[in-house]
Amino acid sequence: MFRALLFGIPVGITFVDCVGYVAKVDGVSMQPSLNPDLSATSDFVFLSRWSWRKFNYSRGDVVSLISPKNPNQAIIKRVIGLEGDLVKTLGYRRKYLRVPRGHFWVEGDHTGHSLDSNHFGPVALGLITAKATSIVWPPHRWGPLESYIPGGRQPLNSEPLKNNAFCDDLGEFIE
Amino acid sequence: MLGSVVRSAAALVQVGCLAHCTLEFCADFVVCEGPSMEPTICGSDILLAEHISVRSRIISKGSVVIVRSPSDPHSYICKRVIAGPGDRVPIVGSSSFVPKGHVWLEGDNKLNSTDSRAFGPVPFGLVRGRAVMKLWPPSDIGFV
Repeated sequence: MFRALLFGIPVGITFVDCVGYVAKVDGVSMQPSLNPDLSATSDFVFLSRWSWRKFNYSRGDVVSLISPKNPNQAIIKRVIGLEGDLVKTLGYRRKYLRVPRGHFWVEGDHTGHSLDSNHFGPVALGLITAKATSIVWPPHRWGPLESYIPGGRQPLNSEPLKNNAFCDDLGEFIE
Repeated sequence: MLGSVVRSAAALVQVGCLAHCTLEFCADFVVCEGPSMEPTICGSDILLAEHISVRSRIISKGSVVIVRSPSDPHSYICKRVIAGPGDRVPIVGSSSFVPKGHVWLEGDNKLNSTDSRAFGPVPFGLVRGRAVMKLWPPSDIGFV
């Protein structure tokens, strides 16, 4: 019995760490994609860890990441801009911003009710922990999570990244 | 015959998973490159890095940490924690506070290190491990 536990637990942890796990979504920041009706039960999503190490995400993907403001909190947001993209911000201290190297721009679908890049700026790719692929609970919400960019939020352009782009935006991190 | 094949495959999976958990959650080995941490750590030194204190958020000032590079998620950098959230740090021309959830990292080789002085404070979520011991070269074995 003890032996079975000793060997079973690492197998389970490795599965969760390499394949994925199910997590509950809290809050209104991703409405209407997730938790469209707060009075009903919260949505549960499957977070895929399968290709996590490649950090190969596209605009429109829903990802879970460690909050840059609080390392104990995981947040779920949509990728709006990748490195080198020029995004038009909503209430950030600069109106237009070039996403620096190794970073990305995240937003919740519920514009104005989401603590996202418009609040804390571009985020390092390394903070992403998983990609949300589908809604698994409640049953009537079963289905894949579509990858799309909400209307009007497309990056203004995706010019190739200049070498010094990372340094140009340094002022952004210093508060 | 078939039974023994299945049994050894299962044993192999178990050992692999145990190794994965140890390297991912307890400690792993890191090869450092580049001059930024000289003289504490020189190029191609092998370090033992533990992950427990990172997961329990008890990284103190002065620790040498392994951090996912903010400019490239595929590479790691090795720096010393100089300041934590709320601390005042000097930057060119003025000084500034480290924001909540971030740490300020600097290399020991101040003249040849790309660190927080260049890319700003780093979110704690990027910290992966704390260097505890130097394992190689043999003449240098000891705690960091």
